[in-house]
Amino acid sequence: MLKKKKFDYTGVLSSVFAILIGLLMGFVILLLCNPSQAVPGFFTILTGAFTHGAKGVGQVFYYSTTIILTGLSVGFAFKTGLFNIGASGQFIVGGFGAVYVGIMCKNLGSIHWVVALLTGVVLGALWGMIPGLLKAFFNVNEVISAIMMNYIGMYGVNWFVKSYKPIFNNIRNESKPVLETANIPKMGLDKLFPESSINGGFLIAVLVVILVYIVLDKTTFGYELKAVGYNRDASRYAGINEKKSIVLSMVIAGAIAGLAGACLYLAGTGKHIEIVDVIADEGFTGISVALLGLCHPIGVLFAGIFIAYLTAGGFYLQLFEFSVEIIDIIVAIIIYFSAFALMVKLILSKLEKKKGMAEQVNKTPPNDPKQERGGEEA
Amino acid sequence: MDYVIEMLNITKEFPGIIANDDITLRLKQGEIHALLGENGAGKSTLMSVLFGLYQPEKGVIKVKGKEVKIRGPLDANALGIGMVHQHFKLVHNFTVLQNIVLGMETTKGGIIQMADARKKVVELSEKYNLLVDPDAIISDITVGMQQRVEILKMLYRDNDILIFDEPTAVLTPQEIDELMRIMKDLTAEGKSILFITHKLNEIKQVADRCTVLRRGKYIGTVDVADTDKEQMSEMMVGRKVNLTVEKSEAKPGEVVMEVKDLCVKSVREGHTKNVVDHVNFQVRKGEIVCIAGIDGNGQTELVHAITGIGNMSEGQILINGEDVTKKSIRYKNTHGLSHIPEDRHKHGLVLDYNLAYNLVLQQYFEPRFSKGGFLKKKEINEYADLLIEKYDIRSGQGKETITRSMSGGNQQKAIVAREIMRNPDILLAVQPTRGLDVGAIEYIHNQLVAQRDSGSAILLVSLELDEVMNLSDRILVIYEGAIVADLDPKKVTVQELGLYMAGSKRKEADHA
Repeated sequence: MLKKKKFDYTGVLSSVFAILIGLLMGFVILLLCNPSQAVPGFFTILTGAFTHGAKGVGQVFYYSTTIILTGLSVGFAFKTGLFNIGASGQFIVGGFGAVYVGIMCKNLGSIHWVVALLTGVVLGALWGMIPGLLKAFFNVNEVISAIMMNYIGMYGVNWFVKSYKPIFNNIRNESKPVLETANIPKMGLDKLFPESSINGGFLIAVLVVILVYIVLDKTTFGYELKAVGYNRDASRYAGINEKKSIVLSMVIAGAIAGLAGACLYLAGTGKHIEIVDVIADEGFTGISVALLGLCHPIGVLFAGIFIAYLTAGGFYLQLFEFSVEIIDIIVAIIIYFSAFALMVKLILSKLEKKKGMAEQVNKTPPNDPKQERGGEEA
Repeated sequence: MDYVIEMLNITKEFPGIIANDDITLRLKQGEIHALLGENGAGKSTLMSVLFGLYQPEKGVIKVKGKEVKIRGPLDANALGIGMVHQHFKLVHNFTVLQNIVLGMETTKGGIIQMADARKKVVELSEKYNLLVDPDAIISDITVGMQQRVEILKMLYRDNDILIFDEPTAVLTPQEIDELMRIMKDLTAEGKSILFITHKLNEIKQVADRCTVLRRGKYIGTVDVADTDKEQMSEMMVGRKVNLTVEKSEAKPGEVVMEVKDLCVKSVREGHTKNVVDHVNFQVRKGEIVCIAGIDGNGQTELVHAITGIGNMSEGQILINGEDVTKKSIRYKNTHGLSHIPEDRHKHGLVLDYNLAYNLVLQQYFEPRFSKGGFLKKKEINEYADLLIEKYDIRSGQGKETITRSMSGGNQQKAIVAREIMRNPDILLAVQPTRGLDVGAIEYIHNQLVAQRDSGSAILLVSLELDEVMNLSDRILVIYEGAIVADLDPKKVTVQELGLYMAGSKRKEADHA
């Protein structure tokens, strides 16, 4: 009874299982499309990221920065009992804030990028706060209001960028580049991964991952947020201000998604806000990342890097006359199967039970006084 | 004598535990056979085996002398075995008749034929003296009536082996007497009844024989007429149990909590009546005041209004002379109020948190358990170990156990431990022993009395008359949201109390 809790590895295992199935199905699809090229194509998916050595690895980290953050936004909300499907809206609004400050605030010098980044964070937080308020005070389902906020965010940003001359590049129908001072510094990463697009954003993302982990797991604030997520009534009974917790959960989730947007558009890689009527898919990829990472901050970090790795490898599929979309299909299958994580968990625990039972029969003495509750609730 | 059911040497194991260890249960034709055991003794597992929900590792089941293999509830039903569950399985917006035929409708060309069914139901209800209105909607009839519907459901399916799973938990004393009579009538007509319970009075009252289980083991089968309650409870718990609460005379001190003119308006649309209607009372230091009443007479709303979980429309609440009507839940929690909630899953526990986290649910933020916003896990765990030890909370992995996986009794113990350890000035205990076995009830009752003697005021809300009579120093009867009597437990009989609870007797509460 005093044993230390065993690490519950079934969750991790089910994610690994999902990945394997996803890759296998991807291979089948490659076979169906072009049997002769399937084997080298599949090999490329797995190793393509290394094609250009350190540069390729840096590129993977660069891609992963955004989806780690949106994944973290979704995963954090999940942990506190909310489904933040609005990460896309918060992402684009946050990105817009960063771009606006990046172009317009000219005399900030070395703190320019920090201010731009924080603006993104604040706008994202505001965007997340609205569904939070609606949920807490009017019991409006956050999924519905967040989807609405996605559209409002997307069209609002499009309209504003387009109609505000100083930040609009009307030749390319997108926002102008931000000033050099607004780009996130490389923080020495360019030395590790020369020629790649990696920048300090990745370190910021890792830092936020650790921060979220600490908040959720170690603080009284995290205790409250999770308690409200698990059981709103019991939290109220315990005297936790559950309305405040819900709003703050969404504010934090929004802030992280806003940071993701800011990190992307301040990366100095020629990314601009394009005027297209499409909801940013970084937010939806975030849902996948959160699911694959089991909503655990550290899990999200690895899931984000993994999906970025596959995407990078998938880019080279074009060499074998496959279209890059195949990689989206594979990622989709992986997510699909990680949604079956529960099923896999069940199978695993059943297998374990069987094993445990065989041992138990020989082990349990007939008069074990420590024998605990029977199958009463079963 | 013929046995209708023989469960011979049943063994059912779950990982880490033998839920049924070589259990033998034999039900005779026409008898009422009680199955007695604490929570976790294996009663439910045994019944699940009988219903084919679990397959036993060892043992055979014989029905009417023939060995059978039961693979699921449908098999059991085909063998004539029926069950009234503790929580009724009725469709609330269907009529009585519709509920009874549900799943066995007679149809003709896809169109439902109710006339035959109605005839059969009416016949059955006359034969067994189970009068119900076949066209009443379930949600409009009383719990006692709903139970009759459940019984009729079994009879309609021509079941002749009837299992009652703790059927009296939800009934008033009068309804319990009625049920006992019905059970006897049923056996007189040749039905055999298996009666699962942990209430010894009822066993004494109706059962012919009694099989006792303890911690998954078969202890014995006794003839009820030759065995007294003390012996049975000793078999069940494994030690001598004191069935009456030992307590000294209450020495009420100053008033700790005062409720003045409290009203709660109904939230249901179209209802203008007060669910809690101008309630006034005081609870003093060193006394246990009990609010007795039939479930659904405003107890829940009253308690929620006091604690702040629910709303109130009028009135005032004072704790230690301070007006806390408008204060937050946390303020009340930290200023002397402790609350053992009625619904342990909804309010009492965060089921997905582990035991240690649940044991500090209202205290995690206090300097003792946190520093600078960080949880002091070491202190929390030590505190959890202390409570687990002191209150004998049993679980799979101690403080690390996710509370969802704990048995109901141990979940309740955890809540009681948590609330008492906070050393409250006023303890609101709402059905603190619901679903617990004699051993645990004895323990919790003693804890409440000890808490009283150490100077706490206790407000007990209970539906169990034994508990009300045994434990309280003063009884307030609540009926339709109003306090209709203020009684001294020494001067009132259970029958009289039942009449007050049913609203047929009324005595304006003296404003003590």
